[in-house]
Amino acid sequence: MSQIVVDRLLKTYRIAERDPGVLGAVRGLLHRRHRTVEALAGVSFALERGELLGFIGPNGAGKSTTIKILSGILRPDGGSVRIDGRDPFADRERHVGRIGVVFGQRTQLWWDLPVGEGFDLLRDIYRVDRERYRRTRDELVALLSLERVLDQPVRQLSLGQRMRAEIAAALLHEPEILFLDEPTIGLDAPSKLAVRDFVRRANRERGTTVLLTTHDMHDIEALARRVIVIGHGRVLADSPVEALRAQVLAERRLVVDFAQEAQLPDDLGTHWPGVRVNARDGRTLVLDFDPAAVSAPALIARIAAAHAVEDIRLEGLAIEAVIARFYAMHGAADA
Amino acid sequence: MKDGWREIARPYTAAFASRFLQMLQYRTAALAGFGTQCWWGGIKVMVFAAFYGGASAAAQAPMSLEHAITYTWLAQGLLVLMPWLVDPEVAQSVRTGSVAYDRLRPVDAYALWYARSAGWIAARLLPRAALMLGFAAVALPLLGLGAWAWQPPVGVAAALAFALSMGLGLALSTAMVMLLNVATLSALNERGINALSAPLVIVLSGNLLPLALLPDAWQTALLVQPLAGLMDIPARLYFGQLRGADALLGLALQCFWIALLVATGRWLLVRTMRRLQVQGG
Repeated sequence: MSQIVVDRLLKTYRIAERDPGVLGAVRGLLHRRHRTVEALAGVSFALERGELLGFIGPNGAGKSTTIKILSGILRPDGGSVRIDGRDPFADRERHVGRIGVVFGQRTQLWWDLPVGEGFDLLRDIYRVDRERYRRTRDELVALLSLERVLDQPVRQLSLGQRMRAEIAAALLHEPEILFLDEPTIGLDAPSKLAVRDFVRRANRERGTTVLLTTHDMHDIEALARRVIVIGHGRVLADSPVEALRAQVLAERRLVVDFAQEAQLPDDLGTHWPGVRVNARDGRTLVLDFDPAAVSAPALIARIAAAHAVEDIRLEGLAIEAVIARFYAMHGAADA
Repeated sequence: MKDGWREIARPYTAAFASRFLQMLQYRTAALAGFGTQCWWGGIKVMVFAAFYGGASAAAQAPMSLEHAITYTWLAQGLLVLMPWLVDPEVAQSVRTGSVAYDRLRPVDAYALWYARSAGWIAARLLPRAALMLGFAAVALPLLGLGAWAWQPPVGVAAALAFALSMGLGLALSTAMVMLLNVATLSALNERGINALSAPLVIVLSGNLLPLALLPDAWQTALLVQPLAGLMDIPARLYFGQLRGADALLGLALQCFWIALLVATGRWLLVRTMRRLQVQGG
């Protein structure tokens, strides 16, 4: 049986609203207006032990809400979650001892405590055996290069240091499942690489099940084999990363720099099926083409045979563009 | 089995100790608080002296001037025991949404907050009370102001009963702060709660004036209400006004309110968490 089973999850939030300006504020005193926002409208998926799943979607799609329900913080308004057979909210105390959670935008370490003391406190809160704790902590400190920040209060850490400390904090009790909500947000390139590398190792070497939300497609490409796209509280796609890319992107781009100007026939695109002129500017021509209809070598050969070409570049669309197009296709962009 | 209990209590004792040690670092705050409390204490003592100055007033008073002065210093030393502020750490975590992380700990959420808030109160209380004792009980007599000094308790039994009652006072104060904490969680902001609770607490606990000096008709009601357990009951034990069975009754009354407020607070916390909305990122 799957380790995590999520079935038709529903969650609505009540949001207080008021009209702008003084009049709106006064009216708000007399009559409170609320709007309900559907954060989750029937999210279902299942996750096997040891899997690494990426969760993507525009802001406000329901990713964080899903993680909060899965970790037992919020109670769903409908549907059910079973993690190792347990209901995370009803059986919270037992459930949370076996999961680790990192919210990239919040901190779980105590602001005024040195990092190491915060770790010690977590050890006691999770009732981790002291000997075992020492081993786990030393290993995490080494892997995440935290040696130099152990004595520093959390408020003095840089964002990259803090995030690495947060991840260590979430793993001190050796959880079987790790929920990461935007763990690379705002990090510089080396910190992002360190975080990704660490998550990959935790997943491969310890067999920790990982569910990760992100806006950084490089996280997904580097880590996840399977990705769920969520938008407007619904699962839009649940597929291997390559399949998602292939599904949305049956298109590649060829950029050609010609040696001289004005050699190009106006109706260039119409002669070749599957090829579309995206842009032409002076001596540069940008063609989008469907590799299933015309192969890249054939297209290049044809252009090079007829014209004096200075340079040719073949580009796959960046996965960011893929995803933006995917959101647009499903009308799921942040509203 | 002893080890078992210690293991069960481990998260809470650790949370208490960590907060206690952390709060002890704030020396400037303690000194500033102490300074203010000395100043107000001095004013209150002078006001009492002026009131008691008329011979007829002193004869009718339910409390001698000596007691009233000692009571004043005691009240000043115990000022931070008064539960009129939401635990700032709780308020901050509610505002930033870090409160979500408190839901991720495999412990009783109420007990964890309770331990942290108790550590917060105790760490502010002890240095201020010790400084006040040094000032009013030691320094004032040395300066020749013995008449305005903090007098020792009436006897060993009274001292023990007072110490026990102070411990209960801390537990009671924490239970009240927990109610404020839960209210903050539900209101998402602590300012209104702080503004409302301060005047209530300072009057009804007896911190502003000994409850015995308030109108006679109110005395029974004043003594059984929960806030009396913070200041007035410990003080009555200190002066030996409650002794024997009455002393036990006073301590039992404190225990009763602690149990009731803890049960209420815990129930409210569970209910509030159920409706909790943690939105955004």
